[in-house]
Amino acid sequence: MRLNRRALLLGTAGSLALPQLAPAQEAPGVTATEIRIGSTNALSGPASAYSVITKGLAAMFRRVNDQGGIAGRQINFIAYDDGYQPPRTLEQTRRLVEQDRVAFLFNQLGTPTNSAIHRYVNQRKIPHLFLATGADKWANPREYPWTIGWQPSYRTEAQIYAKYLLEQKPNTKLGLLYQNDDFGKDYVNGVRDVLGPRFDAMVKLASHEATDPTIDSQIVSLQAAGCDALICGIIPRFAAQAIRRVFDIGWKPMMFMTNVSVSVGTVMQPAGLEKGVGLLTSDYRKDQSDPAWADDPGMKEWRDFMRRYVPDGELGDNNYTYAYGVGSTMLQVLKQCGNDFSRENVMRQATNIAPMDIATLLPGVKVQSQPRNYNVIRQMQLQRWNGRAWERFGGVIEGANV
Amino acid sequence: MDGLAHQIVAGIATGGIYAAVSLALVMIYQATHHVNFAQGEMATLSTFIAWSMIEAGIPYWVAFFATIAISFVIGAAVERLLMRPVQNAPVLTHVGVFIGLLLIVGNATGWIFGYTTKLFPTPFESDKPLLGGLVSAHELGSTAVTLAVLSLVYLFFRHTRLGLAMRAAAYNPRSARLVGIRVGWMLALGWGLAAAIGAVAGMMVAPVVFLDPTMMLGILLYAFAGALLGGIDNPSGAVIGGFAVGVLENLAGAYVVGTELKLTVALAIIIGVLVVKPSGLFGRVVMSRV
Repeated sequence: MRLNRRALLLGTAGSLALPQLAPAQEAPGVTATEIRIGSTNALSGPASAYSVITKGLAAMFRRVNDQGGIAGRQINFIAYDDGYQPPRTLEQTRRLVEQDRVAFLFNQLGTPTNSAIHRYVNQRKIPHLFLATGADKWANPREYPWTIGWQPSYRTEAQIYAKYLLEQKPNTKLGLLYQNDDFGKDYVNGVRDVLGPRFDAMVKLASHEATDPTIDSQIVSLQAAGCDALICGIIPRFAAQAIRRVFDIGWKPMMFMTNVSVSVGTVMQPAGLEKGVGLLTSDYRKDQSDPAWADDPGMKEWRDFMRRYVPDGELGDNNYTYAYGVGSTMLQVLKQCGNDFSRENVMRQATNIAPMDIATLLPGVKVQSQPRNYNVIRQMQLQRWNGRAWERFGGVIEGANV
Repeated sequence: MDGLAHQIVAGIATGGIYAAVSLALVMIYQATHHVNFAQGEMATLSTFIAWSMIEAGIPYWVAFFATIAISFVIGAAVERLLMRPVQNAPVLTHVGVFIGLLLIVGNATGWIFGYTTKLFPTPFESDKPLLGGLVSAHELGSTAVTLAVLSLVYLFFRHTRLGLAMRAAAYNPRSARLVGIRVGWMLALGWGLAAAIGAVAGMMVAPVVFLDPTMMLGILLYAFAGALLGGIDNPSGAVIGGFAVGVLENLAGAYVVGTELKLTVALAIIIGVLVVKPSGLFGRVVMSRV
């Protein structure tokens, strides 16, 4: 009752204050001159390195507005800080939805944070688009039709590793080292997708808790089990430990590392640059430091954008190429909407993207979606550590279709 | 069989880490009869201080001893400034202060030094892996350091007047004061020593687990299990307990309960010891007349 009365009062106050406007709006968050889009990000706290994504996105919307907006409307991008704390994400999301009355939510950051609002946005039927997290749970159109991710999920990534591994070593004995939570278990699921009934015979599992001091025991177990390949779904600190320990005990498996734990500064250097030679991982973005992209038209477009709209941005930070990719996807969806920005139509367009190229993604990696398949990016290219840098090799590989 | 031997050796190597931190826990217990929950975070902060000095180009051993000295001062200052006012308050108040310290020191460390993983250098380098790579030169070296600290602690408490005075101050403050011991300063000294030992532990642990603000979070639990297993009032017992927990945890994880329940083994040890033999394997049963 209270909610109803409040809504009524607000509505009355609104109509009194703006008597000259056209009759009641058809779509929430959309007027004749404006589209309001909401987001949350870790603008402070331990995960605040990601805050530049919001900065990049705001700059992209500024560029669109300078060019006349979308269907004659200016984009009003409202991003709040949640400090990477799920309760605050819920609080700020409610503020966006109930007070700011945004049309939809876009690119909120983090797995635990988005989990906290997953039910809320789906109950209220608010488009929850292109989240900045790689968990597989966002691609579940049957139970959560209003939520869609963007980047390749950890599960897709694991499928790609398993496919490549089977090609190279059809009779492999695979060790799978994973953190015992949603993140790590996505790797188990991805490998199971590819191996199917052979999973139990071919794979030896070893989990660890995020609080474990070391993972030495797990590595020793996997080696003792006779594994000749190793897939790791672990966070950077343990990734550095694993690379070093595998090298030190003289074990030489074909080793794959999750692409969230392959940063040169925080993983490869602490582990020892030489110890990681031959390590495999994957990416879907163009690495701006790679000379191969010096004259690439897509990356030129990105550099030009950075120069004009984010002049103080750190060009080496790949969160900006990420922001450019996800922002381009969002703009494509808005263009597809035509003149109908109702929540239903925004969601319909977001889940009907024909395969398209994006300036900052690797050639062959497409952005696409279908009502039954919410995995927006499904392809990646493998890369190998040569002791100094990551080297791409082979073609683009697509995850299993499950 | 090969696998078993490897698990034991790897367990001893990890146990060395727990032993170093167990020793710091016992130290503060000896001096104050409390277990400081912020011990791990304070040690991490000390390790970051050492890291900044080494990054600034100061030689390792200079930074090592300077960090010990700085940590001693910080530890003593914490006692003087934070623990002193609540000296006569109930135990729960102390626990509250410890938890507050844990949060404040932990977050301050993250705020000052950032959350990215950092490499911490080791003074014990070797090119060749020892024992098939299961033990690094660093792990041998750090075990030696732990044992050296242990003997220093033993000598200090057993054979110096100051050590005796500290034990007296912790055991029976009132009587100690009556025979002329400055109990307040003894407590501050105990905190300082515990922080110094914690700093040594942190600097020995960091090259293995890599340095970040949450480095000690998991270790402290295992170290606590080790300290209880060996006897919370017995430094050598705590070191043996630390090694034992490292080996037990590995064997149980690899052959008995599986890796998912490895952490539970540490908790089971804590509860088991408290229920069956609260004084630990090597602890003395203390009786006091009321």
